[in-house]
Amino acid sequence: MRTPIQLKIGALLTGLFLAAALVSLFYTPHSVTGVNIAGKLAPPGGAHLLGTDHLGRDLLSMLMIGARTSIAVALVAVGIGIALGVPLGLAAAAHRGTWADEVLMRGNDLIFAFPSLVIAILITAVAGPSALNAILAIGIFNIPVFARVARGAALSLWTRDFILAARVAGKSRARISAEHILPNIANLLVVQGTIQFSLGILAEAGLSYVGLGAQPPTPSWGRMLAESQTLFYSNPGLAMFPAGCIILTVLGLNLMGDGLRDLLDPRLRRAVS
Amino acid sequence: MIEISNLSLTIGTHPILRDVSLSLEPAQITGLVGESGSGKSMTALSIMGLLPRAARTTGSITFDGQDLRQTPERRMCAIRGNDIGMIFQEPMTALNPVQTIGAQVAETLRIHGVASRAKAQEIAAQTLARVGLPPEKVPPDRYPHQLSGGQRQRVCIAMAVALRPRVLIADEPTTALDVTTQAQILTLLQDLVQQDGMALLLITHDLAVVSQLADRIAVMQNGQLLESGPARSTLTAPQHAYTGALLAAAAHSPRRAAPPKGRPLLRVQNATRIYPTARETPFSPPGELRAVDRVSFDIKRGESLGLVGESGCGKSTLTRAILGLDALQEGAITLAEAPVTPDMPAETRQKMQVVFQDPYSSFNPRHRVSRILREPFHLSGIPKDLPDRIAKALTDTGLSPEDAHKYPHEFSGGQRQRIALARALIAQPDLIVLDEAVSALDVQVRAQILDLLADLQARYALTYLFISHDLTVVRAVTDRTMVMQAGKIVETGPTEDIFRTPQHPYTRALLAAAPRLETI
Amino acid sequence: MIRFAAFRLLSLCLSLLAASLVVFCVIEVIPGDTASFMLGLNASPEAEAALRSELGLDKGLVARYLAWAGGMLTGDFGTSYTYRVPVADLVAQRILVSLPLALYALILSTLIALPVGLLAAALRGRAADYGIMGITQLGIAVPNFWFGMLLVLAFAITYRIFPAGGFPGWEAGFGPAMRALTLPAVALALPQASILARVMRSSVIETLDADFIRTARAKGLSEGQAIRRHAFRNALIPVLTIIGLQFSFLLAGAIIIENVFYLPGLGRLIFQGITQRDLIVVESVVMLLVFAVITVTFLVDIAYALVDPRLRRR
Repeated sequence: MRTPIQLKIGALLTGLFLAAALVSLFYTPHSVTGVNIAGKLAPPGGAHLLGTDHLGRDLLSMLMIGARTSIAVALVAVGIGIALGVPLGLAAAAHRGTWADEVLMRGNDLIFAFPSLVIAILITAVAGPSALNAILAIGIFNIPVFARVARGAALSLWTRDFILAARVAGKSRARISAEHILPNIANLLVVQGTIQFSLGILAEAGLSYVGLGAQPPTPSWGRMLAESQTLFYSNPGLAMFPAGCIILTVLGLNLMGDGLRDLLDPRLRRAVS
Repeated sequence: MIEISNLSLTIGTHPILRDVSLSLEPAQITGLVGESGSGKSMTALSIMGLLPRAARTTGSITFDGQDLRQTPERRMCAIRGNDIGMIFQEPMTALNPVQTIGAQVAETLRIHGVASRAKAQEIAAQTLARVGLPPEKVPPDRYPHQLSGGQRQRVCIAMAVALRPRVLIADEPTTALDVTTQAQILTLLQDLVQQDGMALLLITHDLAVVSQLADRIAVMQNGQLLESGPARSTLTAPQHAYTGALLAAAAHSPRRAAPPKGRPLLRVQNATRIYPTARETPFSPPGELRAVDRVSFDIKRGESLGLVGESGCGKSTLTRAILGLDALQEGAITLAEAPVTPDMPAETRQKMQVVFQDPYSSFNPRHRVSRILREPFHLSGIPKDLPDRIAKALTDTGLSPEDAHKYPHEFSGGQRQRIALARALIAQPDLIVLDEAVSALDVQVRAQILDLLADLQARYALTYLFISHDLTVVRAVTDRTMVMQAGKIVETGPTEDIFRTPQHPYTRALLAAAPRLETI
Repeated sequence: MIRFAAFRLLSLCLSLLAASLVVFCVIEVIPGDTASFMLGLNASPEAEAALRSELGLDKGLVARYLAWAGGMLTGDFGTSYTYRVPVADLVAQRILVSLPLALYALILSTLIALPVGLLAAALRGRAADYGIMGITQLGIAVPNFWFGMLLVLAFAITYRIFPAGGFPGWEAGFGPAMRALTLPAVALALPQASILARVMRSSVIETLDADFIRTARAKGLSEGQAIRRHAFRNALIPVLTIIGLQFSFLLAGAIIIENVFYLPGLGRLIFQGITQRDLIVVESVVMLLVFAVITVTFLVDIAYALVDPRLRRR
């Protein structure tokens, strides 16, 4: 099987930012906690490869740690969505048409009525802002997404004869869901996972831009954009780097998702939109 | 009228058709038969000029002196629907779900610019009445989902014949329909051919259908046209060995032992299963559908019992209850005196196995055959001699022990039904429920599987419940037959008696509607 | 059709009830003592007691919920603790910025996406299709608030076509108000239009594979006619779902992008509410946002039934 070109480009971009985030755990070119007003707004080149911001902090270092924040938030949020959403969706499909299915799906619809931002607002209002809030808000929003995908794909599998055969063998619905359904929808979940990952990056950027995400002094791409906004019209370059990081990461993840979809099963094009 | 000569077709590097030559004559029905993948449909789509983009053709398709292969797309649009009409196999999806049937028939007239909007609607209504959908019974402002499968196929026919084309191509037009509906649609097609003097190309896998309708028969295999000629001579004295083999396979009846006189193995008493139906208003009580209505019967040990009936008669619901998947509201089922319920013990469950219709959805695509064959031991625990048992079950069903390491997609449809049989056999059951188990198979493969079933029954004293809509097959392989209609068993008796002297009017209607292969 | 609408209306009411319970629980139950939470650590016991009685915290939870929900129904959203004015008055001005902005963006996104998606589907596999898909891929990846900044730089600062920010109010007339909302709406619409165009394209392509398109072609329709007359409406069905979902993204996006354009919308109000711990404002605005999303979902359901006759009978 040929690896689709999107997959290669996507994996390369994603891998690049993932590597930057990992490296930032033990090495950054400069410290980002110290403020150096004298060295503020240094142009790219020299000691600061990408220059410094309005407080004199090294942009490259900020971006590396920002990658860590963004990726961690989005990844954990996808984890929450899969861990809670997939079992719910499988359970709903296994008990199709019963009150349990109805309650689960109506619950799903209810969460859909709360955009991530609104959940973040609610949590922040009672618990104060933090990166954890962003994780929770995006993660909660991911739950119904994965539940729906899992339920939809599982429903079409439940009509297959091999499921009937398993039931004739006396297997329980939970066992069938784990043994027969889950492995057959895993491809779909991986593809949806990359899509939610990329949406998570964007959502995290939006939340930290309005101050509902990671708090100072932790650098994050969204807040770097917010901080550069007042200087944007005199110094637009400052906003280009974080924006570029967001765009390339999201682009990479989306390309990877498309590529995976083509690689794993061309029929998935229909199931995921 | 249409003359296909030396038509070859390739898609990419795959040859699909090779040197196909065939002619269609006015007021004649040409039956094009062959097994799946033989190139029947591609021949039809070549005439219509609706082949996939990647297709490349050589040869010629002449219609009224013009070669349709060379005809530009604009001109083809004017020919399609006007001079040549076509209907397809699947009436459930062939109509646009969001347009009324009247509008869809009228569109044929409008698109060819032959009638004003009002006039087109009028002609559409007349055409619908002509194909058996009179406005007082089925108004043209209905949507497709409000119609039955047979009615939808009538709408498709109305769209195709609204402009009285000179050629009509029908690709498996009745394959998705019940036998009584099939008979009505075939009669309708026959009438239209006579009234309009159309040439009809009837594509089907069912030799019995062609034998009853066609004036001429053409036989295809692997993209080649093996023979074509007058129907009678092709059926009685086929030129090609393959045609003879097809005919023999269609009429095949495996050798079976005399019916046993043992004790009942499965007893169904007063079985009733009721489904709630949609509420009329949010506050009215739900209605009820008695899917299985006080059904009682026995199957003796070693017997083959046939269950026939049309879709929606309650066969599937009854089967699910017998397999212990759904509970009954009333009545009881016992297998060797042990009650059959959704939570019956492992011993009872293992005594009963099942083979389904669709060989492509019967197995988890991610499991190897060895794992598939292990599944029946889920409740009882894996026996120590499992590898031996797997080897034996595979050998018994005509496969080889090495097949245990393969995945289902590595097998053909017929081989997959053998795997399904192996899965049923491995737990050494008493009863095997064969739920349309040979219905999806090509006629030659079907004959082999029927032989295998008869052989296994004799060897292991198996009892079969043989559920099918195909009356010919039921007649060939069962000792007794039950006829089911609207949730009730309307007639039961020895199979030959049922087929020779049916008592119930419904049984008679079914038998009258079933096409018979008339060879000699 | 009426029965269908009645069923959906019933489910709309149930959703609102459930959503209001969730909001009430988060705001009024989880923090424990709402009054001391709002006033912070240094509040005097007297002030807390006064606020407690003002909020009706001495009453039971059920009574408080009923009073709050009943008030919402009659347009009484309570009094803002920090502004000392009825929340209803505060919200009324702000929502006339945020809601039109979200709707404006929704209309823009739909108007751009449907033709583009249809075009890409008609040209599938050709260079133009790959080009369009590449642009949409990029469009999805661009954060809308940063795109907003770019738009200001281009169309308000370099070329002075649109105002850089602020809102003159609807009393200044429809034209100037719409002018102020245009750049934010475009910024919001771009990513959503990209998503929608992709959905539209794949939906049309999938519909083109349907049996009834083959039937239509056999009737003599050209490929273009088959797309226009049969594929378009059927392809709209999944697209409608996405449009419905997008409204909630757009509303949330509107709240964020108000910061870029200094628009006096709900976003400013709610963020001030959060910093000042004015839970009454937060609670009401959140409920209002959720109400808007649920109502749009309801409207999409009705639109579904208009497009697809199969749904009308349920």
